[in-house]
Amino acid sequence: MTVSGGKRRYQKRYDRLPTVLLFVLPAFIPLLVFWIYPIGRSIFLSFTDWDFISPTYKIIGLKNYLSLFKNPRFFEALWHTLVFTAGTLIPTIVLGLILALLLVRSFKGSGVLKFILFSPWITPTVAISIVWTWIFKADGGIANTILTALGASPLKWISSSDTAMLSVIIVTIWKSLGYAMIFYLSALEKVPGELYEAGALDGASRWRQFFDITLPSISPTTFFLMIITMVNSLQAYDQIQILTQGGPSGSTRTLLYMYYQLGFQEFNMGQATAVAVIMILLTVALSVLQFKASEKWVHY
Amino acid sequence: MSEIILKHITKEYENGFLAVKDVNLEIKDNEFVILVGPSGCGKSTTLRMIAGLEDISEGDLLIDGERMNDVAPQHRDIAMVFQNYALYPHMSVYQNIAYSLKIKKVPKSEIDKRVREVAQSLGLEGLLDRRPGQLSGGQKQRVAMGRAIIRHPKAFLMDEPLSNLDAKLRGQMRVEIADLYQRLNTTFIYVTHDQTEAMTLGTKIVVMKDGEIQQIDSPANLFNYPANRFVAGFIGTPTMNFFDASCEETGGQVVLQTDTGTIRMNDKKAAALKEGGWIGKKVAAGIRPEHVISAKDGASKVFEGEVGVFELLGSNAIVYLQTASGRMVMNTTDLREYTHGERVALGVMEDKVHIFDPETERTVTN
Ligand SMILES: Nc1ncnc2c1ncn2[C@@H]1O[C@H](COP(=O)(O)OP(=O)(O)OP(=O)(O)O)[C@@H](O)[C@H]1O
Ligand SMILES: [Mg+2]
Repeated sequence: MTVSGGKRRYQKRYDRLPTVLLFVLPAFIPLLVFWIYPIGRSIFLSFTDWDFISPTYKIIGLKNYLSLFKNPRFFEALWHTLVFTAGTLIPTIVLGLILALLLVRSFKGSGVLKFILFSPWITPTVAISIVWTWIFKADGGIANTILTALGASPLKWISSSDTAMLSVIIVTIWKSLGYAMIFYLSALEKVPGELYEAGALDGASRWRQFFDITLPSISPTTFFLMIITMVNSLQAYDQIQILTQGGPSGSTRTLLYMYYQLGFQEFNMGQATAVAVIMILLTVALSVLQFKASEKWVHY
Repeated sequence: MSEIILKHITKEYENGFLAVKDVNLEIKDNEFVILVGPSGCGKSTTLRMIAGLEDISEGDLLIDGERMNDVAPQHRDIAMVFQNYALYPHMSVYQNIAYSLKIKKVPKSEIDKRVREVAQSLGLEGLLDRRPGQLSGGQKQRVAMGRAIIRHPKAFLMDEPLSNLDAKLRGQMRVEIADLYQRLNTTFIYVTHDQTEAMTLGTKIVVMKDGEIQQIDSPANLFNYPANRFVAGFIGTPTMNFFDASCEETGGQVVLQTDTGTIRMNDKKAAALKEGGWIGKKVAAGIRPEHVISAKDGASKVFEGEVGVFELLGSNAIVYLQTASGRMVMNTTDLREYTHGERVALGVMEDKVHIFDPETERTVTN
């Protein structure tokens, strides 16, 4: 009885397979065309010596990868990528949270302020970056005017390899800050006020309440923002292109920018796609790492 | 040891609303004080001012002789159980209970000992590793109490702690709270809507209405000697029957005259009525449903009623009647079937009649 019942259910599920496929397939087509296929194609190209222009190419095995691993420029770019990612991720999250904490209680003009802080996120990065090239101008730029007014010595910003990475990081943080803030605002509003009251009665100071109640309560948002900001930073291109073109002397060349230079300036598409494949692996690795770590500190 | 005194406490919210008006209340050590009153009368506000969660607009709050108005809740040494429990969702039951001790930097071994003691006394031993999200309402309630009792605070404040539980569990938890009170020997201040909770738990009941205290007394006194018509109607279920009567004196006997009968006043009531100058005037009178009796049982007829609804509750029955003096409810242990539309002659237990000033609604005599 039980067995046949189970079997019938089993059969039934398979009976419905064509119907299920019919509904699921349309959703899979874009995924297949725009995601799976290009990735597969990239992986394939990374084993060739294609020059981006000629219709023919040879399969050369792991040669692209091996020469990358012998190339100091690659490791430099990898390092820049990690610095850029960490340098944008941490401040974006910390400053975004601080802004949200300051703005969570509404006051006169807080709505306008929130909008102003959020607006860089919806402005094209290219436009933002052009404005920042003016701000970063070594003589007469706003950044240096402020520094001098504060009594500090002016910097060369994007025209020096010492400060170019910092400049690009500042622009990127500035752009994504408002986005992090908006998410934190809605997360903070959802923390029940009673928890803070219970905390106060249990003897917790404001500071303790923040660490023991606020942070755990908004941890899913923090996690979400970490993943999103990380992926955004790994894929940063526009601001680097406008501000520094990877320079001066390669100081802002990240993996993605290296991919662009290899593929579209040096016409070494094989090696470029090898960089892209490594980037995918890096993204996956970092994500897995974050997901693993999140089990320890994210409370749903 | 803890004595809590509220002196002329007033609360005005930012929007100008006066939620609590000139409240004076003395709570002695080891008292179980109940705040009751209709919704919006300022019970929670009063409790929250004692806890320090709400600023006091005017007046003084003294705890053990010290003025506490400007002391942060962290430093008042008072525990509170919230209506929605307010358990820390990301902490285990153990961590929830241990949190206040952890903040005080109590040694781990001592914390562990005390958490286990508390957990055992509340029947939570098996649940210590769970998160609040994995607990039932009653279990959450217990954790919230555990979190309060582990601290040995000066006083426990509870804001309708049982209102989210179903009736059966509420009854069970009520007994447990009573038991807890016996064991802990501390001051309890307890807000509730529920009459049974108020009457069974409290050693002292504070009845509030529109931000003002109506009466402070023991459960028995509130029931037998209400200070005004509001308290008389608020305490007791089903509520007291009210009717108009005129007070007259015939041949040395003071009586209340209704449309359909008379109620003789005993010496005490007669003296109070005479002294207040009520002879010859209209008064508002009240009689509890359990003191309304059938006129056949030797009582003289006061009302004549037509039976509306009849509810048999087991050991007693509630009869709803329509009389010339208005609706009347009788709570009787005479379990004969009353039929709809049946005419019944009603008497009252004459000693149990309450008389109020129809203008001020203050009690003339109980
Ligand atoms: N933050 C606030 N601002 C303005 N008015 C408030 C505020 N909080 C409460 N009130 C008002 O104060 C009055 C008393 O509120 P409170 O919460 O003390 O009532 P309560 O007796 O506890 O009622 P309930 O039994 O419904 O819980 C209510 O009329 C309420 O609307
Ligand atoms: Mg309330």
